[in-house]
Amino acid sequence: MDESGEAVQLSLQEKLGRDVFKIDGEKTHIVIDHAVCRERCTLRPCLYVCPAKLYTLKPASDDIFVDYEGCLECGTCLIVCQEEALSWEYPRAGFGVQYRFG
Amino acid sequence: MTEKVDVVIVGAGLAGLGAAYHLAGAGVEVLVVERGDYPGSKNVTGGRLYLNPVRQHYPELLGGAAEAAAPFERAVVKERLTVLAESGGASLELHAPGFDGGHPHSVTLLRGVFDRWLAEKATERGALVVPGYKVDELVWDSDRIVGVTAAGDEVRADVVVAADGALSFIAERAGLRARHDPAHFALGIKEVIELPAKRIEDRFGLGPGEGLAALFFGGITHGMTGGGFLYTNQKSISIGIVIGMGAMLEHGPGFEASELLDEFKARPEVTQLVSEGIVVEYSAHAIPEAAIQAMPRLVTDGLIIVGDAAGLALNMGISVRGMDFALASGALAAQTILKARAEADYSARSLARYEAALRNSFVLRDQTTFAGMGSFLENPRLYELYPQTLLKLLVSLFTVDEGPKAGLWKTGMAALRDVPLSKALTDLWHMRRL
Repeated sequence: MDESGEAVQLSLQEKLGRDVFKIDGEKTHIVIDHAVCRERCTLRPCLYVCPAKLYTLKPASDDIFVDYEGCLECGTCLIVCQEEALSWEYPRAGFGVQYRFG
Repeated sequence: MTEKVDVVIVGAGLAGLGAAYHLAGAGVEVLVVERGDYPGSKNVTGGRLYLNPVRQHYPELLGGAAEAAAPFERAVVKERLTVLAESGGASLELHAPGFDGGHPHSVTLLRGVFDRWLAEKATERGALVVPGYKVDELVWDSDRIVGVTAAGDEVRADVVVAADGALSFIAERAGLRARHDPAHFALGIKEVIELPAKRIEDRFGLGPGEGLAALFFGGITHGMTGGGFLYTNQKSISIGIVIGMGAMLEHGPGFEASELLDEFKARPEVTQLVSEGIVVEYSAHAIPEAAIQAMPRLVTDGLIIVGDAAGLALNMGISVRGMDFALASGALAAQTILKARAEADYSARSLARYEAALRNSFVLRDQTTFAGMGSFLENPRLYELYPQTLLKLLVSLFTVDEGPKAGLWKTGMAALRDVPLSKALTDLWHMRRL
């Protein structure tokens, strides 16, 4: 290890870059029902509760987009989505984040 | 393809592996399936394990001299509580007889290391632990659970143990739990930061193998229920923050969960503790926080739920527990399954012995005793008003100005002026029941 260490604060992208992800290129494990979001949700908690900030508003529309590849699999988005707009399951076996320390 | 084993366990965490260890030791044919690449690969702890409650259940692994072989990080010899106001903080540190590392109360650990070791121990006794295998569905025979399916294969078993963690989709599929309620979960966010062992020991005043556990309350959660933690590992520091999911919903927009840990680490009181380290992992996990109020039925015909899946975690304010409950519940589930085997009866009525055993053990007794903790900790005054008042009080007590100094009592009363008496009395009254 570099004895001088590093700056204490990393960007979120840098932090996620320290994790081991095995990305499932074929199948997302999170699917958003945009109609439910549009019609029923006002609070949009998924935009601020995700520790990896994977939920963002799509430019030029008001739809929410999820970048499932950086998912830490905590399930917070699923639990706070009161309108049940998410179908969320764990990634297929052999995929997703693989914690080395945990 | 259909296979048949005596017991199939879903999830190679502490509860699942603990059950497997006991069952395999009794000659039961047990299969543990784990969706991650290795046991521990999907698991996160704060983390420390309280050993006293679990030694009795794992005497060969954690009792007496045996614990020296377990891959713990450090024996906790220092407990620190820090109250953080908007600016400034105050800490209380405990050094006491008994907290000397010889026969530790608690140890720090990392799940990527510890779970793999426990899996080896279960495997040595004859359990089959298969990673890279994700359970999709339960297999039913009318209203009895008789196995699981994974990747098109069917594995039949006399009993299925749901050890699939805080989100437990198995408990939901078995009809034992309704949809997740945000009020019953917290989000834990953590970084592992590498530092040389010597640097850690010098920084925290520790000897080799000795560790510190620190909890932080106050102005780091935007007024939401939660707090920060820091545990020293052998060659790293685990630092993180826990926030109630219900509290995040109530708070609404105006903060980013992904920035909470950075904000905590940016506090000068905290920055110095992790400076010069290298972040090697960023993780997040759901934590059950419902205590006994949301406890699902823990058995049904052919199925038994253990560990986080059963909601067995407890935030007692100054101690945060889960892994000890997981290990104990796995051991108690195994005992029940052994009795069920002797009678060849895997009905809910037979497996209900497990719930009774939990009720008679520290697992549910502690859950019951501390059932009021959750609502107590939801009080926003704990995170803003009280830390600020405490800081103000300490600052005025420790300050010497150019003029004459007021008496201690008068100084104290002046600092407490901002606390509405009726609220403070209500909160004190509430504390009686903790």
